[in-house]
Amino acid sequence: MNRVSSLSLWRERLFGTPFTGFLTLVLAFCIAWVAVPLIRWALIDATWVGTTRADCAPGGACWVFVRARFGQFMYGLYPVDQRWRVDLAGVLFLLGVLSVIFAPQRLRLGLGVAMLAVLPPLGIWLLSGGFGLRYIETREWGGLMLTLFISIYSSLIAIPLGILFALGRQSELRVIRLISVVFIEFWRGVPIIAVIFLASLLLPLILPGGIGIDRLARAVIGLGFVIAAYMAEAVRGGLQALPKGQREAATALGLTYWKATGLIILPQALRISLPAMTNEFIALIKNTTLVLVVSILDLLGIAQASLADPNWVGMNMEAYAFSGAIYWLICFALSRWSRSLEKKRRL
Amino acid sequence: MSSFLSFINDKRVRDWIYQIAAVVFLVGLTIFFVRNASENMVKAGIASGFGFLWRTSGIEVPFVLTGYTQSDNILGLFWVGVANTMLVTVIGIVLATLLGFVLGIARLSSHWLTSAIAGAYIEFVRNIPLLFFVLFWYFGVIAALPAPRQSIGLFGIAFLNNRGLTIPLPDSVDNFRWAALIVLASWVAYGLISVWARRRKERTGQDAPLLAIGVGLILVIPALAIAWASLATRWDVPALRGFNYRGGFAVIPEFVALLAALVTYTAGFIAEIVRGGIESVPKGQTEAAGALGLRPGRILSLVVIPQALRVMTPPLTNQYLNVLKNSSFGAAIAYPDVVSLFMGSALNNTGQAIEIIAMTLAVYLVIGLAVSGVMNWYNARIALVTR
Repeated sequence: MNRVSSLSLWRERLFGTPFTGFLTLVLAFCIAWVAVPLIRWALIDATWVGTTRADCAPGGACWVFVRARFGQFMYGLYPVDQRWRVDLAGVLFLLGVLSVIFAPQRLRLGLGVAMLAVLPPLGIWLLSGGFGLRYIETREWGGLMLTLFISIYSSLIAIPLGILFALGRQSELRVIRLISVVFIEFWRGVPIIAVIFLASLLLPLILPGGIGIDRLARAVIGLGFVIAAYMAEAVRGGLQALPKGQREAATALGLTYWKATGLIILPQALRISLPAMTNEFIALIKNTTLVLVVSILDLLGIAQASLADPNWVGMNMEAYAFSGAIYWLICFALSRWSRSLEKKRRL
Repeated sequence: MSSFLSFINDKRVRDWIYQIAAVVFLVGLTIFFVRNASENMVKAGIASGFGFLWRTSGIEVPFVLTGYTQSDNILGLFWVGVANTMLVTVIGIVLATLLGFVLGIARLSSHWLTSAIAGAYIEFVRNIPLLFFVLFWYFGVIAALPAPRQSIGLFGIAFLNNRGLTIPLPDSVDNFRWAALIVLASWVAYGLISVWARRRKERTGQDAPLLAIGVGLILVIPALAIAWASLATRWDVPALRGFNYRGGFAVIPEFVALLAALVTYTAGFIAEIVRGGIESVPKGQTEAAGALGLRPGRILSLVVIPQALRVMTPPLTNQYLNVLKNSSFGAAIAYPDVVSLFMGSALNNTGQAIEIIAMTLAVYLVIGLAVSGVMNWYNARIALVTR
């Protein structure tokens, strides 16, 4: 019974009137026109196993290429025998995040602060080496690992800075407010690609002579500053959503500005801005691709560079499809999470 | 002593101290950076000042709208970059808006399949980096197009192949000058008529057929003028000679790829804005307007669209500014925009990083400020008047 009614519902939806029926047929034809060759290329005619380009059947996707290059797509040129360090750093990061999420409420803040203090330096040590580990230059890093590294470390700069400038923009002090507005509007007004150029050219120039600064660090700092401005606007949304009485009540209780901000305002405001901040983080992941212009090869950069391999000519579609799918999965998952957070708050 | 304590504990005094401290910190930081920069520049033998702008550039540009040649000065090169940035931005905004509105309305369609296709497209493009689309269109699509001899003809006047797009070029622009004048005059006329109509309505309560006048003056007359100009002009239609097309105007493949990427990507975001804007108008508004006896067309033009526009304007402005900023993604495929020409080529030739970076950023900041200024004015005009 239920089945019949849902079937008739679909018939009503797709073929209710002559016009909708016609529309459905036209659109279905268009979908088939695009999807059938695509599926044939990607699945039916594709070659999955093999070692060289010669193993691939013409006309279908050559996933052998992706298999052969999988290590590079993930780790770039990171030495193969040292890749466990990247994996370990990733596992530690995940464990750190999970332990904070599942910790009991009263431990959560302390644990979070501890993780923030321990994990980032530990990650840099594991990845770049020193103190007993082989030293690996950043020019050998690449692929998905670099995409995640840049995204995470840039947001470590961007989130605190963004919160600070969002507070500054709401401040009663006119000079502080002006400085914050100028900072935010400046970085929001310029293209990120120009900022990456700027960071890689200007940072060595404005620091005292003799301080060499790694080119990956330059890109991370540049991205961190731009995203800070966007994060500040995301946090501002949360700050503005709070009733004014919250700060007034906190001040009336005798809390100082920083105590009121840290204990009353930010815990509520950040919870409100979390979806917006997640969206900025998604934008950051997408924008890390721009480090390509200073010859740092993240996932998209490695995919692009792999096209130049004379042994694998004409693998454009395979490289783009694989890297695009990874970006899509990460960003789609995060955007769904952000949307569910928003829904939960609205209820 | 106690007077000092009460002085230091005075909130106003403290506020001043904090602000002065912030300013001193900033000034100190700036001095520190400037001193380092000048020392480093002396050490590296880099000149400073804007004198380099009048030096001969010697840089060849494949896509020039300003009449610049290699023997012009570097300032000329700068303007080529600005013009190319503006060109791709303006065309990109127009096309992305059109595609975005179509997608946004399709997403709201009551026809399930239409809405599902629009939704799938939107979810697809929003979660993939723009640079991916730029590279994909350039190396994946344009490079895979047929060679000039097997070009894809568009209505027999424009030809798309792996060396770009060749479009017809008018032999003279005189007729188009007249057309532009007519377009401008009819837009001004519409502005004057709408002001007059509003005043009359406030005085007498009489409605003027503003919608019909608007369509006529904003769309129909300009369209007729442009159609007349294009028909009255002789066109230089590209034709295949040897291995490539001669005549017409050759649009470089970088432009085509960048434009396609900007439009396909931004349209996904505009579609969501359009959907959100229309959905934000409560259904009761439509029902109430119907109960008052308004016809469906007038419900849409008087009740739904004005309220939806109010919600859509700020995020739409943001997207337009994003297109401006994102046009710099062309640097990744060497589209000669201001970033790749000026911040790339000119900087490599002269080494004057600070001046060149400042000028390049100024382009985006000035245009951005101008656009937000106009949009804020427009926003204030359509804002809800509460009495």
